[in-house]
Amino acid sequence: MEAKIGFRNTKSVIFKGIIVFFAFIMVVPLIIILLYIIKQGIFQVNWHFLTNVPAPVGEPGGGIVNALVGSFIMVLMSAIVAIPVGMAAGIYLSENPRTKLAYYSGLCVDILQGVPSIVVGIVVYFWIVKPLGTFSAISGSVALAIMMLPIVIRSTEQTLKLLPDSLKEAALSLGVPYHRVILKVIVPCGFAGILSGITLSIARVIGETAPLLFTAFGNPYLSTSITKPMESLPHLIFTYATSPYDDWHNLAWGASFILLMFVLILNIITKVITRKWKVQL
Amino acid sequence: MENKRLNLSNSQLKWETIFRKILIAMSVLLVLIILGVLATLILESLPSIKALGIGFLWGKVWDPVSNIYGAYPFLVGTLLTSFIALIISIPFSYAISIYLGEYNPKGWLSDLLKNAIELIAAVPSIIYGFWGLFVLVPVMRTFEMKIGVAPYGIGVFTSSIILAVMIIPYAASLGITLIRMVPSPLKEGAYALGATRFEVIKSVIMPYTRSGLFAGVLLSLGRALGETMAVTMLIGNTSAVADSIKNAIFGPGNTMASVIANEFTEADHTEYLSALIELGLVLFFVTVVINLIGKRIITKFTNN
Repeated sequence: MEAKIGFRNTKSVIFKGIIVFFAFIMVVPLIIILLYIIKQGIFQVNWHFLTNVPAPVGEPGGGIVNALVGSFIMVLMSAIVAIPVGMAAGIYLSENPRTKLAYYSGLCVDILQGVPSIVVGIVVYFWIVKPLGTFSAISGSVALAIMMLPIVIRSTEQTLKLLPDSLKEAALSLGVPYHRVILKVIVPCGFAGILSGITLSIARVIGETAPLLFTAFGNPYLSTSITKPMESLPHLIFTYATSPYDDWHNLAWGASFILLMFVLILNIITKVITRKWKVQL
Repeated sequence: MENKRLNLSNSQLKWETIFRKILIAMSVLLVLIILGVLATLILESLPSIKALGIGFLWGKVWDPVSNIYGAYPFLVGTLLTSFIALIISIPFSYAISIYLGEYNPKGWLSDLLKNAIELIAAVPSIIYGFWGLFVLVPVMRTFEMKIGVAPYGIGVFTSSIILAVMIIPYAASLGITLIRMVPSPLKEGAYALGATRFEVIKSVIMPYTRSGLFAGVLLSLGRALGETMAVTMLIGNTSAVADSIKNAIFGPGNTMASVIANEFTEADHTEYLSALIELGLVLFFVTVVINLIGKRIITKFTNN
């Protein structure tokens, strides 16, 4: 009997060891990847790199300013579209959870979350690129906005659902009209949660390449016209990483480092917001 | 008159109606986007559906130059990469779920690990692809020489390894939440009967969370099926069907997403383009169904 308990205890300890081993070994590839990108990229980055367009093959120097500007413009445009739309839909879903429309649009949010990003690219190609006859920054922004929507909607909905009903009831009983209750009481109370959803969605789309392949397409020159093709950080990395030239690989490493820093900073901001206001995402 | 008494001016009442209408309009817009996506995909793939019929799905040859289109190589490629990735990822995601859900739910160490897992999900897939191309591919080449298969370096198995890393957070973060939801009276009951920790996990926690953990695996699978960039950079992009199982796993291949990414802008005639879109349609259906089943299981689990 004693021996059997000993055996069972040993089994339990061994099992724990296996679990700990498998759980922590996942950190190894993450650290290897992060360190490698930082090691390869950090020495590429300097003022020249941030303010010049990529150099042609064989010429030294060159930078990624076209991709920085392009990513900034496209993410900004998609945020301007996706944030109000997403917040409005999120407010509707949290305010009227039992209507038929809420059921179907909730279902659509679930579907949208699962749609592969490349499919979004195809569809936006037919919606905007083909009618306009050219690849354009605006089509890239629409594709990114569609990718942002589900995250903004879900975070708005979840945050507002957690607010106590008494808040809304108190405001309504004072005779405040419904839209002011939502905009001046409910949304400010859930502001931190919504904000963290927004930063999270920006962190997500800033690294998206697949929806931009057939929409914004890429551009080796600096362009600020939203009806012309535009470069973006992830697309620049894709183009230059798969090229056969070492100079271009270095450019892509530098761009990867910058992109990684953006994503890290946005994730840290999200973390700080959720920690500070104790938001549950 | 009613409104006057409530001290609402007419303009405010108007705003209120407009506000409600905007909320409804945005929710309708969501439904329209999904219907639009579906309609566009079906409409644009009609030429290929008409010309090729259902045989498209198991046609083994993809040769745009001679106008022959078969999706079989890509279906096999997609399923192989996704399932190999899933098999590799399951031990890790289950271990993380159990460790952070049961052994060590609080404290700095568990916070650190949890943040690391979230970081894995945050790194853009293009960076995984780039890293894989320059670091993992040479490593795989040496490995493949050792085990005696053609040392391509790139290929199905290499993509699966990167994919496995990328999809772990999806199953793991859900698993952590679910394992923490196991009611403690159940666990305490088992401990009171003299069960060891391993036995509690095996006979109480695992059976209780089985369906939820399965849903997490489904969500991971949905991610893996639709993942584009990392796979496109690592899989080697050949549309030929491999001649042996060894070559199918270690040799280059193609997935539905990667063939779309590579050939969409090159497709120069209607039938070619619409065959690619039909691949997109298949991909859309498969990922949506898998995701919805996963979500349904989770809702059921959390409501109980």
